[in-house]
Amino acid sequence: MPGFLTLFRKELVRFWKVAFQTVAAPVLTALMYQLIFSHVLSRHVEAYPGVSYTAFLIPGLAMMSMAQNAFANSSSSLIQSKITGNIVFLLLSPLTALEFFSAYMLASIVRGLAVGAGVLVVTAWFGLPLPSHPLWVLLFAILGCGVLGTLGVIAGIWAEKFDQLAAFQNFLIMPLTFLSGVFYSINGLPTFWYAVSHVNPVFYMIDGFRYGFFGQADVNPYLSLAVVGGSFILLSGLALGLIKSGYKLRS
Amino acid sequence: MPSAIEIQAVSKRYGSLQALDEVSFCVEPGEFFALLGPNGAGKTTLISAMAGLSRPDGGRIRIMGHDVVRDFRAARMSLGVVPQELVFDPFLSVRETLRFQSGYFGLTRNDDWIDELLLKLGLADKAHANLRALSGGMKRRVMVAQALVHRPPVMVLDEPTAGVDVELRQSLWAFVKELNAAGHTIVLTTHYLEEAETLCNRIAMLKRGKLVALESKDKLLQHGKEREVALKLAGALPASLLPCMVREEEGRVVLKLAEISQLEGVLATLREAGIRVRELSVVEVDLESVFVDMMHGGQV
Repeated sequence: MPGFLTLFRKELVRFWKVAFQTVAAPVLTALMYQLIFSHVLSRHVEAYPGVSYTAFLIPGLAMMSMAQNAFANSSSSLIQSKITGNIVFLLLSPLTALEFFSAYMLASIVRGLAVGAGVLVVTAWFGLPLPSHPLWVLLFAILGCGVLGTLGVIAGIWAEKFDQLAAFQNFLIMPLTFLSGVFYSINGLPTFWYAVSHVNPVFYMIDGFRYGFFGQADVNPYLSLAVVGGSFILLSGLALGLIKSGYKLRS
Repeated sequence: MPSAIEIQAVSKRYGSLQALDEVSFCVEPGEFFALLGPNGAGKTTLISAMAGLSRPDGGRIRIMGHDVVRDFRAARMSLGVVPQELVFDPFLSVRETLRFQSGYFGLTRNDDWIDELLLKLGLADKAHANLRALSGGMKRRVMVAQALVHRPPVMVLDEPTAGVDVELRQSLWAFVKELNAAGHTIVLTTHYLEEAETLCNRIAMLKRGKLVALESKDKLLQHGKEREVALKLAGALPASLLPCMVREEEGRVVLKLAEISQLEGVLATLREAGIRVRELSVVEVDLESVFVDMMHGGQV
């Protein structure tokens, strides 16, 4: 346990030392999105009855920022440690695969939540209502960051170079987060894109998270919970298996 | 009491390269042991297998009686490794690095020992410096401290003095000798054979993944059969001895003899030729000559 706590704390220290880059910058980016999209679209789109587009956008942006930053935290920490070589001192320690994985994943959740809280605070004055189901908000925030943090662990272990990680981020994570109903309700999409959105787990994270605020969503929140929870369990199993086998960590 | 390190028939293959081929030997507690071999002989692969950084295809390794695979936690608690590559975390200071490393081993209140390590390794005034700001030699010292932060009974140093200045080398060896005197088992790989000769009691030599020598240092040195004999003569060297001459230096001829017993024949030849010997000295065999001999086909 102290070994796990130490690695967890180290991962927190790592991102907190550069909080301007790891927390403040994504909050500012989300604020820019909010300003621009709400200005351009607020008069043309009403996603849910009785919910302004400006308010509708906020939870989506918050969840997108959380997801991207949770992924960035574990993946960038691992790839940096691998490329600089200092991961060897971690591998020499008696930490188990579960401790190793949990520390990286939980630190990603903390960074994701810090970014999410920041986004909600700076965008709240656009008219976000108090959550109608706060526990759902918290549950989807934690699980969503957990899924992406875990995906970051997998990507960080798999990637051998920064450009491989960038490819993972740009060609998988970005499309998944952008095409997930952040900026729109998928009910307004053409049939094909409507179907595509339903196989994107990030859509369920955002939809469930929104349900926590507005009490209404595109799909049943229990379905969202099952998809997000199932993704988390599956990806965690894969990440643990990779660490246990020593894949790209131990020769 | 179990061996400090027990290596049994360890093999490791990387593609077509047999990095380790059924290597077996033990290192006993308290030994100062050298693991020698040319580049690519398998030294680092063997150390990686001991540390759990690589997984052997066959065989088993125990550290202080703990299997490095099945009982990896206890094995890693017993082992400190200073890796060959210079690595550091650019986000952390020296003290943070040591505190975190300590914590990975479950030691949360370890500042007294960390302070002692900083002092012994000449890092006390750099405790709050970021690793990025340190010179290569200083970073190497931090790596030694990291390897020792959990007070392991067995310590492995993989080429710790490569590219390190004389002062650090001397202070590092003084510290390591102190640890050995306090009961720590030390395993060392080095390209500076005089270091192994000065420091170690027992030596293993690897060549293309195979163990080619495993002896106490004194015994190993006895295996070096060739001797150089320097003679200061009152006349010219007889023609029959010219094939043995390897060089002339400062008025002496240096002869190379396949065995020391040939010296008797050399002296008889000189006596017959009426040439008086003014001075005679036998050049002692060193580890380097034994090493070269081994790596060119010799076997002990």
